Amino acid sequence: MNGVSILWESRELFLQGALDTLTLVLGCLVLSLPLSILGAVLMNESGPSLKRALRELFDFLRCVPFLLLAYVIYYGLPELGVRLPPWWAGLVSLTLYNAAYLVEIFRAAFNGIDRDNIEAAQAFGFSRLQTYRRVILPQAVITAAPLIGNQTITAMRDSAFLMIITVQELTFTANFVSANHFSPFAPFAMAVGLYWLMSVSIEWVVGRMGIIRRSRYG
Amino acid sequence: MADPIPAISVKRLCKEFDGHEVLRDIDLDIPAGTTTCILGPSGSGKSTFLRCLNWLEIPSSGAVFLDGRRVGGETNAAGKVTVNRRELAETRAKIGMVFQHFALWRHLTVLQNVTEAPIQVLKRPRQDVETQAMAILEQVGLADKAHVYPHALSGGQKQRVAISRALAMKPKVILFDEPTSALDPEMVGEVLAVMRSLAKGGMTQVIVTHEMAFARDVSDTVVFMDGGQIREVAPAKEFFAAPKTERARRFLS
Ligand SMILES: Nc1ncnc2c1ncn2[C@@H]1O[C@H](COP(=O)(O)OP(=O)(O)OP(=O)(O)O)[C@@H](O)[C@H]1O
Ligand SMILES: [Mg+2]
Repeated sequence: MNGVSILWESRELFLQGALDTLTLVLGCLVLSLPLSILGAVLMNESGPSLKRALRELFDFLRCVPFLLLAYVIYYGLPELGVRLPPWWAGLVSLTLYNAAYLVEIFRAAFNGIDRDNIEAAQAFGFSRLQTYRRVILPQAVITAAPLIGNQTITAMRDSAFLMIITVQELTFTANFVSANHFSPFAPFAMAVGLYWLMSVSIEWVVGRMGIIRRSRYG
Repeated sequence: MADPIPAISVKRLCKEFDGHEVLRDIDLDIPAGTTTCILGPSGSGKSTFLRCLNWLEIPSSGAVFLDGRRVGGETNAAGKVTVNRRELAETRAKIGMVFQHFALWRHLTVLQNVTEAPIQVLKRPRQDVETQAMAILEQVGLADKAHVYPHALSGGQKQRVAISRALAMKPKVILFDEPTSALDPEMVGEVLAVMRSLAKGGMTQVIVTHEMAFARDVSDTVVFMDGGQIREVAPAKEFFAAPKTERARRFLS
């Protein structure tokens, strides 16, 4: 059987694999955005000791290779009595890892906001919470959007590692197909193409947001 | 009849930054409905003083009263500040502020900039606030810019939006820190015109400025500061005709 017919025969598997990867990435984004915003706000607002503890935690997460983090969570949590199915263990690892990077992105975005925009909010009687909700966060999200987009693409690439803990996503699919047909090239090339397509789509979304941002912010 | 309570009353206000004294023993009463210009050389503490009035800068000691009610909190002898944040926010909502560099919220349109604080802070209904905001924008000649983002405006237009934003809060007093210093010369007039009409309308204004002609013609009172102290308080006409202190004379010449 040649490569093309293998791919044609497995088209539904690949579609499912790509959807699974997208679901993972989307789930990771939905969970890690609020988590990292909370982390960044806490780091901004907390006293020196909590701030230090958080910094250590995020620095630690960032310097662990993702594959190892996924291993530790998948094989380590059961030791603590928490048994997660592979998909959930994968999502948790991806979320934690991604959030550790997003925290830095948000912190930088917070610091980049014009002081006077925040001061104006204070002068008009905004509470701390209102200042975050109405001024700091909206501006931070707008300025950080391209970096969040890049980070999302990185998370998608990292998600391929989850195959190792048997999460059924795109790389898992490619591996499965190639093993079934004793033909590594076509299935993996297909996976590469699909990853590329999804990255380009994310970049396109980010690009659109950039155009909107420039039309407003100049 | 007793004097009416001043809109703003400052008692023995001091401010230091890291042991460096920037304001010393400031006492001042600002009657409601008047326009006061604060003049003085660079570094004399004008901005710091203005920012102490709404506690953007926390005084090291002394007190500020708005309509007889204390602004902010207490500073004890050890320099420890106790402040009720909610109360401070409520008081700040009654004090408008206009910044040298406009400080418009850049993610919001002109109209949203004007309606944001009344809706969020005063919890007024959006419909009402928008109607009122459009009326204010009309008044300052910017109704056609309501749905534009700040970056698309000229400096003069930005500052008129900033004034509108302050007015929408129906404040007891508006503080201006060099509202025209960041503007191209041809735009200074349009902003001063708005402030002049506010003065006529009886708005209480405290204005740090270097616009001498404006201070002379529009303000009721001139406060002259130098070296962190108030050196002279006088009716504007008097101050410009015959300053009493040597420093003020030198400053004016
Ligand atoms: N946040 C701060 N930290 C330390 N020193 C400060 C701070 N803000 C102001 N100062 C100092 O306080 C003094 C008064 O500053 P201020 O900005 O109030 O003067 P000003 O009269 O407004 O001057 P200008 O006309 O240049 O705006 C200056 O010596 C300044 O360096
Ligand atoms: Mg100043």
